[in-house]
Amino acid sequence: MEPVLKVSDLTKVFTGRGHADLTAVDHISFELHSGECLGLIGESGSGKTTVVNMITRLLDASGGSILLDGRDITRVRGKELRMAYRKMQMVFQTPADSFDPRRTLGDGIGESLRNLGLSREETKKEVARLLTECGLTPDFAGRYPHEVSGGQCQRAAIARALSVKPRLLICDEATSSLDVTIQKEIVALLNELRSQRGGELSILFICHDIALVQQFCDRVLVMYRGRIVEQGIPDAIIRDPGDAYTRRLIDSIL
Amino acid sequence: MSEVTVRKQKIKKDTVRIRLILFGSLALLLLLCSIFSDYLTPYDPYLQDLGNAKAPPSAAHLFGTDRYGRDMLSRVIVGSRTSIYSTLLLVGIVTALGTAVGVFCGWHGKWIDTVLMRISDMFLAFPGLVFAMAVAGVLGGGLQNAIIALAAISWPKYARIARSQTLAQKETPWLKAALLSGSGTWKILFKHVLPNIIGPILVTSMLDIGTMMMELAGLSFLGLGAKPPTAEWGSMMSDTRSLLTTRPWVTLAPGFAIFVSVMIFNLLGDTIRDYADPKSRRR
Repeated sequence: MEPVLKVSDLTKVFTGRGHADLTAVDHISFELHSGECLGLIGESGSGKTTVVNMITRLLDASGGSILLDGRDITRVRGKELRMAYRKMQMVFQTPADSFDPRRTLGDGIGESLRNLGLSREETKKEVARLLTECGLTPDFAGRYPHEVSGGQCQRAAIARALSVKPRLLICDEATSSLDVTIQKEIVALLNELRSQRGGELSILFICHDIALVQQFCDRVLVMYRGRIVEQGIPDAIIRDPGDAYTRRLIDSIL
Repeated sequence: MSEVTVRKQKIKKDTVRIRLILFGSLALLLLLCSIFSDYLTPYDPYLQDLGNAKAPPSAAHLFGTDRYGRDMLSRVIVGSRTSIYSTLLLVGIVTALGTAVGVFCGWHGKWIDTVLMRISDMFLAFPGLVFAMAVAGVLGGGLQNAIIALAAISWPKYARIARSQTLAQKETPWLKAALLSGSGTWKILFKHVLPNIIGPILVTSMLDIGTMMMELAGLSFLGLGAKPPTAEWGSMMSDTRSLLTTRPWVTLAPGFAIFVSVMIFNLLGDTIRDYADPKSRRR
């Protein structure tokens, strides 16, 4: 079966001005299968976010290719890119900043629905349904980002990401800025949403907390200085880390 | 202790609101005065009465009369229309033009940004009023050309503010989220970028009303703005400056009008800045 996401030899070089070029991501390749949850861990500066930004095309890749559902999206622009965004969505690290402070959560969630051509009424109904599905009440649609807590905001962000029924959901440190109990709730929510959708929803879960990855992910990639140094099943890696950095990472927690 | 600070902040906030209402209504009064200037003048501002020329202020002519016997009060009131309208028009043009250029540069980036910003650097490198005089000189006198000249030198400031604000907006997660929602460029610019950057730009333009009014009056004073017999404060001062020592009221009346209206708009601008400041909005 064709993977939902196939990344080959993806590279990002930031051209230095007056100093040496920086290779933030160095020829990384991986596949993400339908219904799978893939963890991506690594310390700050290891290139996790750069990888995500290239996959979501917020940043242009210097080399390599990205295949989403069999379509090459490495260089697409405009309308084609907007089509790609119907299959791939993202939840950001800072919940409060991921909604326009001047618009209600309902506006934010409904934006992609409106872009899909739904009427105002249909959008309102769908937003209410999505909010309920993500553990909030429909009246959250009328609230502003500063009026809700971080956890509630992140639930709304998940609702927004799911509004287009994406095949791939990218969570860029989606739990990092939340406290431990809320982290658990968000991960439980993601788990529930994934099992409801059967094999339809794949998740790329970026995180620096290996314990969380162990609970949640089917497979994990460890990034260090722009390369993937290790990959496999979380339990196996924790039991028997093959790479020096991975060992350090695990030692630092236990 | 904490109660004391809370109280202090509350009082400060209240004064901002009171100032906003006060200066806002004064500015509104000024605007109404200029809109209905035709009905407020005690005499025809263009009617000459040579027998009564250069008369000092009296009950009949509060500000006296000029060298053609025209009532100064009427001329100052009618002049407010030219002065205030052209100032507001100028500020409007400059704000819209500068914001458009700045948002475009900040959003598009790349070479277009570099080219337009270097052009704006060039405009900023000239001494403003001198450059405006040159432009007005090339285009010929007249109020319209004075506005064009001043617009040409004033837009870079707004373009810079709008550009830096747009660049900051581009980095925010909510804008990335809007991109991922599949919204087109125009939708994002008008729904997300513009509403979030317009605050500081509007404050700047409010503060600029006073300066622009002075510069327009300055150009008119130099004979590059409104042409006689049009009543405009700057040109009225210029026409009568030879009378300053002997008949000071003729020059001082439009000068006083400029002073008062610039003052009102500056204070209003300051107040709006205080009001828009997020620190003063915090409870």
